[in-house]
Amino acid sequence: MPVITLTINDELVSARTGQSILEATRDHGIQIPTLCHLDGLSTRGGCRLCLVEVAGSSRLLPACTTEATEGMVVTTHNDKIDRYRKMILELTFAERNHTCAVCVSNEHCELQTLAAELGMDHVRYDYLNPELDMDTSHERFGVDHNRCLLCLRCVRVCDEVEGAHTWDVKGRGINSRVITDLNCPWGQSESCTECGKCVEVCPTGALFDKGVAVGEMKKEARFLRRILDGREKNQWRR
Amino acid sequence: MAKTITIEPVTRIEGHAKISIQLDDAGKVADARFHVTEFRGFEKFCVGRSFWEMPGITARVCGICPVSHLLASSKAGDAILGVRTPAPAVALRRLMNHGQLVQSHALSFFLLSGPDLVLGMDADPAKRNMAGLIAEHPELARAGIRLRAFGQQVIRMLGDRSIHPSWAVPGGVRKSLSAEQKSELLKQLPEMYTTVDMALDLMKDALDKFADEIDAYGDFPSLYLGLVNEEGGLEHYDGKLRVIDSEGKILEDGAAPEDYQELIAEAEQPWSYLKFPYYKPLGPEKGMYRVGPLARLNVCDFAGTPKADRELRQFRHYGGQGKPVSGSFYYHYARLIEILFSLEKIEEILADEILIDHHIRSQAGVNQNVGIGVSEAPRGTLFHHYKVDDNGILEDVNLIIATGQNNSAMNRTVKQIAERFISGNKLDQGLLNRVEHGIRAFDPCLSCSTHEAGRMPMQVQLFSAAGELIDEVQRG
Repeated sequence: MPVITLTINDELVSARTGQSILEATRDHGIQIPTLCHLDGLSTRGGCRLCLVEVAGSSRLLPACTTEATEGMVVTTHNDKIDRYRKMILELTFAERNHTCAVCVSNEHCELQTLAAELGMDHVRYDYLNPELDMDTSHERFGVDHNRCLLCLRCVRVCDEVEGAHTWDVKGRGINSRVITDLNCPWGQSESCTECGKCVEVCPTGALFDKGVAVGEMKKEARFLRRILDGREKNQWRR
Repeated sequence: MAKTITIEPVTRIEGHAKISIQLDDAGKVADARFHVTEFRGFEKFCVGRSFWEMPGITARVCGICPVSHLLASSKAGDAILGVRTPAPAVALRRLMNHGQLVQSHALSFFLLSGPDLVLGMDADPAKRNMAGLIAEHPELARAGIRLRAFGQQVIRMLGDRSIHPSWAVPGGVRKSLSAEQKSELLKQLPEMYTTVDMALDLMKDALDKFADEIDAYGDFPSLYLGLVNEEGGLEHYDGKLRVIDSEGKILEDGAAPEDYQELIAEAEQPWSYLKFPYYKPLGPEKGMYRVGPLARLNVCDFAGTPKADRELRQFRHYGGQGKPVSGSFYYHYARLIEILFSLEKIEEILADEILIDHHIRSQAGVNQNVGIGVSEAPRGTLFHHYKVDDNGILEDVNLIIATGQNNSAMNRTVKQIAERFISGNKLDQGLLNRVEHGIRAFDPCLSCSTHEAGRMPMQVQLFSAAGELIDEVQRG
């Protein structure tokens, strides 16, 4: 397997050809924050939290969709990057109604955890307070668009792993919404297999098990790696 | 010359309010109003949410009595599920409710009203506060704080946090108590009983000390409403509604809480965000009723625990032969009796073997489209009324809060105090404080009653009929 050498945060590191900057950095124990990325799903580059500085590029590049190349010089953390990441989080919070205190995923939410880790202690932008609804028509699950950040993990896992493609997206830009089938209530979806993978990979409380109370929704996205290892490598383990 | 006195904001109560007193040309009190100046709108923004979330959301109505909302909301959720809540869960909910009664009443008695009762209504305003109480009577203040902390600990052990726990859910509760936690609570009880005994002595001293003016603090005939259990005993979690009149005659008994709309109607006034509920059959004027500790002790036949019953018998003397106790000043006394009752109940529940049962949560979907949950909050009867669609999404929310139900009585109290103590054009701190204390006796929670939050400094202004400011006192 061809190996390349690049510089990450002033250190020479090696990586495999074809790896993304994100994969290369994680292999060397360097953590870059991500939200839309999930190991086992296709990369999307949607949340922009993994932005890094690459020498020679005038703009920041998403580590998840940028391939690591020979001689590349990458900086994963500095004041500018930290400022941008915090700004992205603030904009995410301002765009919909993420009221952590009464959320089913309170204290078990990737968005909330990242905000704490990155020191986002307030939001400088006006909240948009959009009027968004909940769909609890499904017998087992619910979706609350107030807490969706359009990472599209649900869309990808449903399509790429379960093969049902129940989830998709309607609208454009700020008006985008995740939908089931052709925008019917989830409970009326004919394609949904009720597997629950979308709920488990959702980073916030947007998708949840029906009947859970505040802070009760704990998710386990690692199941995905188990399934894929079994499928791809015939390695079955708990 | 006609004048208006405005007291804004009112201090040492929970929420934002002002008081205005109108004087006629002769300088006599013409009218007095208690204005609640905050607005929140939980009833509106909860529409569209799922009823499963409501205990967690409505617990946020108030930081003092989140448990009351949690329980009323969970009970409304139980009704929507239409299943029986497991008996251990009911026992645990009662336990948490008693923890809350202890902590809320201790806060009211020791920290909010204590400075008035111990230091006196005319004490220097700079010292007539919690810090002043700690400086003058450190043992008393410490004991009061520890009593409140005990109540908070009961809540925290069950709900993981003492403020805004999201522990009760439609169908039951999320967690039980361990044996270690039970013994930890039990071993603190003797100290708590001692503190209540000390407070009761202090209360009886205060009744003597303020004997000349007690009848000015909202002593008038009114109806009383509260829950009683099947035997007619004191009840805080379940039971039936009972309404009695000023003579002690029972007007309603055994009324199912879910039929509350047949008993209670709500009037509104343009000058306050707080509604004016009244007993429907008698109309807004004659239907004025009081809720809370005083009302609960008036409507029940007995408390049901030895220490509280002994104290209740003494309490009844202040009402006269067979009559309810009508002075709002006795709310303080009633609060202490309820703390005693709650401590005894906590002891009783902790010893109950039913807590060992691990079945604490029933599972079901939406089986009813309407759910009404009622419980006794520290300040009085609390109603949560939800209407949901078949998927459990809320279409209508109505919350009737204890402080709201005392609204008419609080207005009447303010007027009565003003009539007694205001004469001429001059205002002083003693007057200001007496008017406030009349409100404090009800321990109103305006955060709850308008479903809002805040704090209260205070200002009193005296205006001439022409609108000219004649005198002003301010604090906070």
